[in-house]
Amino acid sequence: MAWQVQFRVFRSSRGEVPAHFDPFTVEIKPDETVLDGIERIWAFQDRTLTFRHACHHASCGSCAMRVNGVEKLSCVTYIQDVTSDGGTLVVEPLRNFPIVSDLVVDVSPMFHRMHEVGMPIIRSAEPLGKPENFNCFENCIECGMCVSACPVMLTSNQYLGPAALAAAQRTIAEPRGVDVRSIWQLADDENSVWRCHTAFECGEVCPSNGDPAGAIMALRRRLILERIKSLFGRGILARQRGG
Amino acid sequence: MTKPVAIVIGGGSTGAATAHDLALRGLKVILVERGEIASGTTGRCHCLLHSGGRYCVKDQEAGIECIEENIMLRKIMPDGLELNDGLFIAITDSDMDYKDKFIAGCEACHIPWEELTPQQALAIEPNLNPNLKAAIRVPDGVFEALRFCLSFLATAKKNGAEIHPYIEVLDLLSTGQGAIKGVHVQDRTSGRVYDIEGDIVISATGPWAGDIAAMAGASVPIQPTPGVMVSMNQRVVNLVVNRLNKAADGDIIVPQRQTSIIGTTSWPVDHADYIPVPEDHIQMMLEKGAELVPGIRQARMRGVFAVARPLIASAGQADGRELSRTFECFDHAKRDGVEGFVTITGGKATTARAMAEKTADVVCRKLGLDAPCRTRDTVLVSYREYYI
Repeated sequence: MAWQVQFRVFRSSRGEVPAHFDPFTVEIKPDETVLDGIERIWAFQDRTLTFRHACHHASCGSCAMRVNGVEKLSCVTYIQDVTSDGGTLVVEPLRNFPIVSDLVVDVSPMFHRMHEVGMPIIRSAEPLGKPENFNCFENCIECGMCVSACPVMLTSNQYLGPAALAAAQRTIAEPRGVDVRSIWQLADDENSVWRCHTAFECGEVCPSNGDPAGAIMALRRRLILERIKSLFGRGILARQRGG
Repeated sequence: MTKPVAIVIGGGSTGAATAHDLALRGLKVILVERGEIASGTTGRCHCLLHSGGRYCVKDQEAGIECIEENIMLRKIMPDGLELNDGLFIAITDSDMDYKDKFIAGCEACHIPWEELTPQQALAIEPNLNPNLKAAIRVPDGVFEALRFCLSFLATAKKNGAEIHPYIEVLDLLSTGQGAIKGVHVQDRTSGRVYDIEGDIVISATGPWAGDIAAMAGASVPIQPTPGVMVSMNQRVVNLVVNRLNKAADGDIIVPQRQTSIIGTTSWPVDHADYIPVPEDHIQMMLEKGAELVPGIRQARMRGVFAVARPLIASAGQADGRELSRTFECFDHAKRDGVEGFVTITGGKATTARAMAEKTADVVCRKLGLDAPCRTRDTVLVSYREYYI
């Protein structure tokens, strides 16, 4: 049985029209997804609606948006989990990114930071059976939901942010040939691990069960340890200072 | 001398690779895509880096294309692929009857293969159906569709290409003398409507190729043929697992990141814009998937998706499974008497580079340019540089 759900969709066109919400009534089954609903609005009600999507199975990260105020990957967010028959869904773009139009944000600031950290996309897989040289993609899908949920990102656009810091922790923990000295410097900064207020919102919304806040805490512990070591002229921070 | 301008329509794997190839050959490339990059067929593909094994018996042309490109992609996209190999496993007697044909097909297509005993296969993949009778290992792999496209586009941008998502082609611009001289577009982020002129227009719009060709009064024999895929919330295997038999519904599980994607089905539709998922297909995927990996029943369903493959139709072949997965570049000057307009369609994401090479060859010949293809050994930059 299809439900009737009202989608209230954030609309904004570059510059001209002030931002507003458009209501769309959608016939949708409870086990369909929010993205199914949005695609249907585009296909049958309003061809001007713009939104990001690609893989539809929680691997590319592009369909991230806010659903009733919470960051969701719309392709794996089932209608029955976020509303009821006759209910309303407020759909907005991610926060803390420049809005391009409607639900489309410009994710390039996050990719600049990810690029700075330089985490490879590929890691060695944990083999299910006999160890072999399998590899697989990193769990982080760079969807930007942690960046959107982070209250500190709202206060400072200089903050490196949870996604890039979690990547820094991954790279330092498992360098795979990457020179990590610059990553230490990037992490040990007032706009980096020390800016986090431990709200833990990032981990709450992560669709890959990542734990960016935990990664930031782990980086802090490593940095404190390195600082103590450097008092005795040892460790990576001391070597950096020495040239 | 000013560079010739090539306008590429479509930001899926074919358009992305074509932009990259043409930019490397020194053309000024402008790519327009009506949605997000990879928001059409490529984005919702199975993410399988084909070894060619799936085609090596019935569609050897596609099988050979796949293995050649598979080997090349390992060189040019080293950081963007899960290289886990694939297994073709036999469970029934009918599967066993197919084994010799499969091995002969691999040999004919030059696909490296290795037979494993059931014990060896289960040692690598303990979750496989324990009743398997045979297993053949081939160099399948896995990519991530959005980043696959972004790698080509990032490199194209480094070589001067302009990439414009959210620009929809409303019409093709005609010279009035039987030639196309550009595109009439709308910026969907602002509503602004304007023209882009160029020396050649290339439609890389997959199952939408017929729509764009119609704007020029031309046609392409494309049959949009969707397939349903079901992604699970666990990675139940490390290798790609295929059924050792001729291609059928639900005969493959592709692991990716933390998920396993079961696919797929095949049915023809009239138009590719909106594909409703037939509910019985989902149940069938789960049942067929469990024949390969019984443990899939313990996983939860995470997402369901369907998208149209752009299969090239030929007379008398109505069933999508019978249509070749090879690609074709249509020069509409020859086909429909329309100059300045080329369509590339068909194919697989795995063969996107080869599709681009063939298209760029046609484009260069039409424009009188002597510029050899350089994509075979040009290592692509990181997909992240698309945003930088």
